[in-house]
Amino acid sequence: MYKISLDNINSLFAAIAESKELFLPVKKAGQANYANWTEDCEVALDSLKTVKSPKDAFFPQFETLYKVNRKIIPTDASEEEGSETLVETKLRTKLEITPTELKDKDFVVFGMKSCDVKGIEALDKVFLTDPVDNFYKARREHGIIVALACHEPEESCFCTVFGVDPADPSKAKADVATWIVDGELYWKAISEKGEELTKSVASLLSDAADDAADAEISNITNIMTKLPNTKLSLEGWGEGKTDEKFNSEVWNELYKPCLGCGTCTFVCPTCQCYDIKDYSTKDGIQRYRCWDSCMYSDFTLMAGGQNRTSQVQRFRQRFMHKLVYFPDRYGMYSCVGCGRCVDKCPQSLNVVKVIKAFENEKKEAGANV
Amino acid sequence: MCNCGSHDSLVPQIGIITGITQETPDVKTFKVNAPDGGKLFEHMPGQCAMVCIPGVSEGMFSITSSPTNKEYQEFSIKKCGILTEQLHSLQVGDEVTVRGPYGNNFPVETEFKGKNLLFIAGGIGLAPLRSVINYCLDNRENYGRIDILYGSRSADDLVKLQEIQDVWMKAPNVNVYLTIDREQEGWDGHVGFVPTYLKEIGFSTDCIGIVCGPPIMIKFVLQGLKEMGFTDEQIYTTLELRMKCGIGKCGRCNIGSKFVCKDGPVFRFDQIDELPNEY
Repeated sequence: MYKISLDNINSLFAAIAESKELFLPVKKAGQANYANWTEDCEVALDSLKTVKSPKDAFFPQFETLYKVNRKIIPTDASEEEGSETLVETKLRTKLEITPTELKDKDFVVFGMKSCDVKGIEALDKVFLTDPVDNFYKARREHGIIVALACHEPEESCFCTVFGVDPADPSKAKADVATWIVDGELYWKAISEKGEELTKSVASLLSDAADDAADAEISNITNIMTKLPNTKLSLEGWGEGKTDEKFNSEVWNELYKPCLGCGTCTFVCPTCQCYDIKDYSTKDGIQRYRCWDSCMYSDFTLMAGGQNRTSQVQRFRQRFMHKLVYFPDRYGMYSCVGCGRCVDKCPQSLNVVKVIKAFENEKKEAGANV
Repeated sequence: MCNCGSHDSLVPQIGIITGITQETPDVKTFKVNAPDGGKLFEHMPGQCAMVCIPGVSEGMFSITSSPTNKEYQEFSIKKCGILTEQLHSLQVGDEVTVRGPYGNNFPVETEFKGKNLLFIAGGIGLAPLRSVINYCLDNRENYGRIDILYGSRSADDLVKLQEIQDVWMKAPNVNVYLTIDREQEGWDGHVGFVPTYLKEIGFSTDCIGIVCGPPIMIKFVLQGLKEMGFTDEQIYTTLELRMKCGIGKCGRCNIGSKFVCKDGPVFRFDQIDELPNEY
């Protein structure tokens, strides 16, 4: 275990940023979100939850996949003579594709909470399953995750329900685990990549005992037991529950306040649905992908009018996907209990409410027997 | 398989249009080759590919040619939206982008082998089945009796009529039944909807049913087949949902724990029965 005083933390950031991009929570207009570190930015390591999750680091909200140049050229007249297949006009469209270069430079995501690290595990299941998404894979290979313990978990937190330990980031699939205690940042490498990063900044770190981090771990663990949403039960969810849950009447009432605004999907660390679109520029067509949301009415819309044409169907899809379909396919939940949807839904609808509504249904059904 | 280097599935290849056939007033078949003249990729019957006109749109289309065609791939495309309208305006020599092949395929080398096959198609629904039919005809010894029931709105809307008459109708142990929805001058064949004609012919259940067409046709054909004694395990079809990535990641074609683009488009009816009813 190492440590560095928070008074000196900017020199650590500067040292990392010398050779790598550094992505960390930055306060801007009163909100903390992950952004590139600059010398004059306001780092917000003390923010528990950034508004958006740090999934951008690996799966950006917007990225160009490739560029296409379209040329309308006259075809060679001599070639055309005697050919029966070529007709009328002599102009032909020729294309040239230039793929965007894959990430080839190391970068550090600093201050990720254990829930968000778990979120990346869920994204891995999707993007690294064959056929692999190489844009994502390159970022995963070059990304180094420095996880930070959650000093004071809030009421909306319920990550422990999904097996996340907010107190001990060394249990997360991160590269370095850190804790902030009494003005010091405690630092422990937990992977090979983490060891290397540690070596590169070793001159700024000093040796430390485990006591402070251990005390912080038990302190956070204690806070978690007192938070209301950590008592949620996932009984009845998970693999093989499609029929039972899909056909439940509960959805028909539960969805009603949903505006279909998609806020939940944008702040969610595991939501990975995306769109692919064209953007015409002066020097070619950019084919890009951007986040999309299953909450939107045109997400699945086809010429024939199908499918999931009502908000109740779309609402059900989102939660069934997270709590049943994803476990069915990948063996883990696609919710990490970060509580961002709890904080941000304008109608106070969220995964906690969904799980509770089904718990209540069960209780009522039990009472009626 | 895709030859676009390390970027793989999301970055397309360039396909050059090397032939166009006007099949019906609103269906054209496009031959597509790699720029060097060869095939874009190898595929299996039932698989699809993303065809794109950059700056317009990209869409998933079934590959209608059989893998036994060693020279090119074909797409039969009905004009019914922005992309397909633009595709119909292309000419031989124009280039498009193609990604694929995507999805699973009809089990021509496993479950279909040695079996009698009954193909039932409506309208442009013939496109994916044509790949299977030609594959089976080119490997004729591997399959038993082949029955093909194909219907369209009118005689002019029967896709690949020339090939049906010149090749399929003349192939050994193959019966072709054509029908059109309404009486038409110059048509002396059968008139009536596909599901009705199916019952009139009354096929025996010693075969595998392979169905593709508009959803309403599929619904009544399925009903008909079941009345005739077919089980869900004996009937195959394809599902179609909105798709963007083609590789089971963008989330659009998700039904239950399946992605139609990757786990489909070919499903047996007992598999469809297990999915939430949302397709």
